[in-house]
Amino acid sequence: MDLHVHTCLSPCADNSMTPPAIAARAAAAGLAAIAVCDHNTGGNVPAVQTAGRRHGVEVLAGMEVTSAEEVHLLALFADACALGSFESEVAGHMTGTNDPRYFGDQILADENGEPTGLEERLLLGACDLSVGDLVERIHGLGGLVVASHVDKEAFSLIGQLGFVPPELALDAIELSPHSPSDMEFRRYGLPILRSSDAHFLEDIGGSHSCLRAERATFVELAGALRGTGGGALVDC
Amino acid sequence: MRLKELVDSLGLRVLCGDEHLDREVTGGYVSDLMSDVIAHAEEGYLWVTLQTHANTAAVAAMKDLSGVVLIGGRQPEKDTLDKARARGVALLGSGLPAFELVGRLYSLGVRGRHGDAEGA
Repeated sequence: MDLHVHTCLSPCADNSMTPPAIAARAAAAGLAAIAVCDHNTGGNVPAVQTAGRRHGVEVLAGMEVTSAEEVHLLALFADACALGSFESEVAGHMTGTNDPRYFGDQILADENGEPTGLEERLLLGACDLSVGDLVERIHGLGGLVVASHVDKEAFSLIGQLGFVPPELALDAIELSPHSPSDMEFRRYGLPILRSSDAHFLEDIGGSHSCLRAERATFVELAGALRGTGGGALVDC
Repeated sequence: MRLKELVDSLGLRVLCGDEHLDREVTGGYVSDLMSDVIAHAEEGYLWVTLQTHANTAAVAAMKDLSGVVLIGGRQPEKDTLDKARARGVALLGSGLPAFELVGRLYSLGVRGRHGDAEGA
């Protein structure tokens, strides 16, 4: 599974990242599941889920949220409804309007790839909620929290805050495709995921994690990360 | 130069750590990336930042910095204050933006490392 894929709704992602194109590429890459994680929005998740069903790819409802410290966290939810509640909470803590000339287009699209609108909020901004606040809110909605690309300097929990705060109840940490080894990250005692953080179609599945489970679903993933049974993370 | 002189000259608010104001300030560093501060700040330095997270206090203690100045009137989170008190970190506040504050610190004689970019 590749649990960090952007769509054309993220201003920094390629406009070719439409819902059907993502689903087709994920299927071609042999992925059983992906998570759609656009910056501070879940607007394209339902469309990718519909497209995913046509290709037999499970699509988890996610968002890459930016904390007040400018730390990126992946919030993964059981369904688009819980994600919608979280998005509403986050939107109330963000300001600014996107200027596509500087940041890129924020395209809402349907399951056939047709544009349905443009998101006007500044999705590349940060909300004014701390990482601790966000973790509580995500868990309150039954979601999972993964610290994004902790091996990178920019916008990562370790880059911004120096180390993983021990009291922070993360469910996992994510390594970017650039990280050669997970050795130095094992000391945090958290499950380690690898994902593509794809901003272009060809990147989808380029880095991924492997789950041994009956089915590649949110429930099995949650069981694997929380150690409560169901699935288990295994070496790929 | 002692921390107290800088507090008085620049009208810094002492958020906690009154008892540490006799500390000698050996230099200064400004950064909002804590990994960068861990890599480059040195013992006794005064750190100028906008990060109010509790890890700010932890990093300052770990690097044995002389103090931290939160800029732009930012308020520390409660657990940041708790951690700063517990670890003996002087936490200060300024209403100035970082650029202006650092300029004033420099004119008072606080210096940073020149690094590899000297003369570049």
